Amino acid sequence: MSVEQVIDALRGRFADLDFSPQPLLVRPDGTATEQMWVRVPPERLVEVMTFLKENEETLFDQLVDVTAIDYLNFPGAEDRYGVIYSLLSLVHGHRLWVKCFVNDPDPEVPSVTGVWVGANWLEREVYDMFGIRFQGHPDLRRILTWEGFPAWPLRKDYPLRGQGEREQYEVVTRESA
Amino acid sequence: MSWIQNRFEEGLIVTSLDWALNWARMNSIWPMTFGLACCAIEMMALGASRFDLERFGAGAFRATPRQSDLMIVAGTVTYKMASRLRRLYHQMPDPKYVIAMGACTIGGGPYFKHGYHVVKGVDLIVPVDVYVPGCPPRPEALIEGIMRLQDKIKRETIAKAAEQKVGEPVPAGA
Repeated sequence: MSVEQVIDALRGRFADLDFSPQPLLVRPDGTATEQMWVRVPPERLVEVMTFLKENEETLFDQLVDVTAIDYLNFPGAEDRYGVIYSLLSLVHGHRLWVKCFVNDPDPEVPSVTGVWVGANWLEREVYDMFGIRFQGHPDLRRILTWEGFPAWPLRKDYPLRGQGEREQYEVVTRESA
Repeated sequence: MSWIQNRFEEGLIVTSLDWALNWARMNSIWPMTFGLACCAIEMMALGASRFDLERFGAGAFRATPRQSDLMIVAGTVTYKMASRLRRLYHQMPDPKYVIAMGACTIGGGPYFKHGYHVVKGVDLIVPVDVYVPGCPPRPEALIEGIMRLQDKIKRETIAKAAEQKVGEPVPAGA
């Protein structure tokens, strides 16, 4: 089962969607990788993901990773954020990347925890770092930074020098502890 | 005749009690088992047989803050860990001491400029007695830190300071 057959199966089932499959990487000599990514609109994401997991030809039974990219000031980018799902089929041994593009204000994609339970913490990490909300997530809290952290640190407009430097705070002494 | 009889000048008893208390305290500093990152590897090496922290009476790593005298903050302190660290400090009984071990705990270390998640120095959370620099410090450096802490404990006194009122806590190492 090759990636082309997977994309053919996708096109056969969702004829109305423009998946526009592209290789993950084009090397400097012009050759491209065999691994492909497809774009899926957020409103059809759960439908497509359920098909990808349960169809006999694709059978993506493992969600390897959920991550995101902030395309702020990226040359040629049309959308602000891309949420990326990395899929692996342990049966067929093929991989596919699904990208879902969202924009400010209030970037939001549907949660795929109903399809893969393991998406729970991965989506929480994307929410923590980028502030992209996952609609229908059972427990959407920050996972790595502390509760009440006011910013989304992996967004490109987060200041490089950080917030809360040492000189803004008092050194604790025994009396003030 | 006992070994202690007829051996001291008159009026020497307060100093001697100070000495005895400090001697007992400085030779039984029980650290808390509290490793946060790579510095903890060096701290564990210090507890093992090659460097043998037990020579200083400080080898009894306690699994609870309630039985500890010393918190060796060994490793990167993130903001999420900061509230837990402060709670652990407050759970330790007095007298209690803190050693900041390594560059991360002293001032944020390699995360000082660009780390959004690292506390820029653990002395913004708890009072620190001894700073041990290094990334990570060698076990010998931490031994040096423990010995400096022993020097600090050696100078403590139960006598009330001149301008202090009765009942106020005496600052350690004053």
